[in-house]
Parts: sequence; C-alpha cells; structure tokens
Amino acid sequence: MTVLSTPRPSTPSPGTLVDLFETGLDAPICLTWELTYACNLSCVHCLSSSGRRDPRELSTGECKAVIDELERMQVFYVNIGGGEPTVRPDFWELVDYATAHHVGVKFSTNGVKITPEIAARLAASDYVDVQISLDGATAEVNDQVRGPGSFDTAMRAMQNMADAGFTGFKISVVCTRQNIPQLDRFKEIADRFQAQLRLTRLRPSGRGADVWDELHPTAAQQRELYDWLVAHGEDVLTGDSFFHLSAYGGSLPGLNMCGAGRVVCLIDPVGDVYACPFAIHDEFLAGSIRSPGGFTEVWQHSELFRQLRSPQTGGACSGCPFFDTCRGGCMAAKFFTGLPLDGPDPECVCGLGEAALQARPAAGLPRPDGDHSHRTSPPRPRTGPVPVTISRRRVDAAPVSACAEDPLAGFNPASEPSGCGGGCGN
Amino acid sequence: MQAFDLDRSWRLHPQVSIRPEPFGALLYHFGTRRLSFLKDRTLLAIVQRLRTEPSAGAACTSAGVGPADLARYQRALGALASSNMVIERQQP
Repeated sequence: MTVLSTPRPSTPSPGTLVDLFETGLDAPICLTWELTYACNLSCVHCLSSSGRRDPRELSTGECKAVIDELERMQVFYVNIGGGEPTVRPDFWELVDYATAHHVGVKFSTNGVKITPEIAARLAASDYVDVQISLDGATAEVNDQVRGPGSFDTAMRAMQNMADAGFTGFKISVVCTRQNIPQLDRFKEIADRFQAQLRLTRLRPSGRGADVWDELHPTAAQQRELYDWLVAHGEDVLTGDSFFHLSAYGGSLPGLNMCGAGRVVCLIDPVGDVYACPFAIHDEFLAGSIRSPGGFTEVWQHSELFRQLRSPQTGGACSGCPFFDTCRGGCMAAKFFTGLPLDGPDPECVCGLGEAALQARPAAGLPRPDGDHSHRTSPPRPRTGPVPVTISRRRVDAAPVSACAEDPLAGFNPASEPSGCGGGCGN
Repeated sequence: MQAFDLDRSWRLHPQVSIRPEPFGALLYHFGTRRLSFLKDRTLLAIVQRLRTEPSAGAACTSAGVGPADLARYQRALGALASSNMVIERQQP
C-alpha cells in the first residue's frame, strides 16, 4: 500500500492518521486474500507453507460472495496471493468479477501463467495490478530460495508484460542476506521493464520459520537497506513493511504502523480470517467468512480484532526514544521467533532483539498452523544416482496380497483349461 | 508549485474511489494506485461538490468555508490536484 497524505489542516485535527487507524476502520483499506495453497513452486521461505491444494478451498460461488461483500464494504482493492493464485481454474473469472464489482485486484504470481496472451489481457484493464515475485537479481541467488527454473519463469513473465505494454507492474522482492547486495541490480531489472520495485521484509512465518536464521539480513545489511530505501524514496515500494527501520532516523514513506486487524487482514484459501498474512496461527485467527455474518461480522466484531484495536502499550519498548515510529516492530516476527509481543522486534535496530533472541528458551517456538508443503519439499538430498533395475514383469508369479481389490487377483489364465474370454489379458 | 486555481472548475478523477470515514474520507486512485486521505469532513464536502459547482471557490463556499479558512483548503485542493486526485473539468 502506498500512502500519500494530504497536507494537515491546522485546525480541528483529530490527531495523526496513525492514531486514527490504531482504533481500526469499519472496513479494511485493502486486504490480502490467498485463493489457494496450491503452488507449482516450493519457496523455502513461503509464508503460507504452500504447495498442495486444500480440498476445503472456497468454491467459485463462495469467492464471488466474498467479492460482493467487499464491494458493499467499499474495500478499494484486494491483494490476491497464495500459493500460486493463477493455477486456480476460475482465477481469471474471479479477477473479472472483482473488477466488475469495483474491487480492484493486485495479484502476486511467480509468473508461471503470464503468457503473452494473458499479459495483453491484463494490460487492457485499469483495475488490475500484477506483482511478480523475484528473490534474486540472478538465477543463482533467486533459484536457491524459489527453486530451479523460477528465475527464468519470472523473467519471461516480465518480458511478456513489457511486450504487452503493461508498465508499472511490480517486481516484489523479499529481502534476504543473500540478495541485499543486489539492490541496485534489482532496480536495473525494474527499470529495464518499466516496472516498479517493491522490497518487503522476510518474516519467520510459514516455512520462513525454518530458514529465517540463515536468510534474515544482518544488522549491517539492515542499515544498508535503510539508506538505500531513503535514497530511493517513493520510487521504491515497501508494502510499509520496514517501519522498524525508522529508528535509524527519519520515517520511511508510507504508513508506519502495524496494520494487522486495524487496516489490513488475511482471508486464507478456506475462508479463515487472520490478523495479517504473516500470522497464520490460531493465536491470530479472528474467525471464518463461512460463519454467519461472513467477513463483515469477523472484521467488525471479532474479539481478536477488538483487542488489536485497543490502545497498545509499548511494554519493554515504551521507554525507547524511537517507539513513536517503530512501535515495537512486527507482531508476527516476534511471535514466530518466540519473543514477547510487547517487547522489541527480533530485528530491532537498537540491538535489543538480538539480545532477546539470545535469552529466549532454546525449544518450544510456536509452529505455524497448517503445512501445505509438497510432500517432497524441501527436496530430499540426493548425493548420487538412484539405483534402479529394469527387468521383465514376471507374469508367471503374480503376487496376491490380502488387500488386492481386483476381482481377478490371483487368476492365472495359463492354468485354466478354457483360458480367458478376453479383455483381462495384458 | 503553482497555487490551486479556485476560479476554475474541477472534478474528482474518474478513476478515484472515495470512502467517507468518521474523520473525513479515504481516497484511492486506481490509475496511480495511490491512497490518500481527506482529513476532515469539510474537505470531503468540498470535493463532493466540485462536480456540480461552477468553480472550486464556489464549492468551498457552499461547503461552509469562511474566508479565514479558504487558504488552508486551497492548499489541500492543490495537493489533491498535484497527485491527480482532482482534475480540471472542461467547460461545457
């Protein structure tokens, strides 16, 4: 979300916008909607542990009912993600339905379905924005996180978008220890395709919890990132995800607060509503759109959201001079690294998070709910060739086990006097 | 930045959605994909009247803006114009 404030009137001001938003809005400004857990990739840091489709996924009709509700609530747009949302057979139908009902769509994709034809169709709509994920400016860095071939897939999709004349699409990068040295190269890629670069924060959510220790930026890299973001200003989007870095100096452009349950939330593929996309855990589950009253009821009356909108104390951070801008950082980052929610962020720029991480108990970190990973992910280590033997099937000794369900199991035509009538031979 | 011309006629950009809120309103521009805010209800009333009033100045007057506050709302409208949220309306 890009936020642009109008000049502040000097008289009856109700306070800052952050103050207003802290108590929540009648409807979210935008929300994240993960349409499916199915994905062709198995990114190591996937915040929703996606891979396999959940059979309870919302039907096309249920999705359209959600869109009707968002239209009534005047939600400006939804960020559609997954999983890989474009693998849903009704994906384009839902995008068209949303835009026809005045709900703008921005969807995140790894680019697998962005053919020249689809790119041309997207370029023709004023109400659809596309965000292509790329986690390395080179195949080497990207594919280590997103899997073999994923860099080429994304680059092909970007080329198709550019060829179709879709300018200003987003290239979305999750900042890691490995790709922060490539910030300038990411910017070059974005400029080459007339796209806009979007950098977001790695969270220890989903499978990200397993790799956070190795992937999250070092303290020195956080400083480098902050300076780079300040230098590029509003030219580079951040999803307002780096507000904890504002303690380095001035605030970054955008809304510097945690919007969870106040201005944003997540609807997951089975209709569960969470406070934010990075907090898929029972602790942050507000309700389900499948319950009576639907999404509106959850947004306006859930106990969890009511709590999140009540005044927050700074806890251990309240004495910090940077609390006004950092506000204790990211709730999900704290939760999944086992830190108290009213204390410093694990990546606190004052170094307090580092100390808290050292002091936390070694075991018993909360695990993200629901693992939809492909059963082969992370890929099993292969150290060498897999030995196989190719031989003829032994038709003379077909095994019959106790659970063989074939009515002809054990039947051997060669031993029967009249043979088989046909159709059952092989 | 050139001062916002209160004598001309203006309108909300056709790609802008407006959602009234207790504190004023939220604006979203589907073309520039930017979110903006109207920080009080008077500014909202002005913006809603731009389309039907002959000039922005007339919209301010009909929304009850007195001379003392006019400069402040002129600045706010100027910011909305520079971000393309409001655009000049062609005279019929």
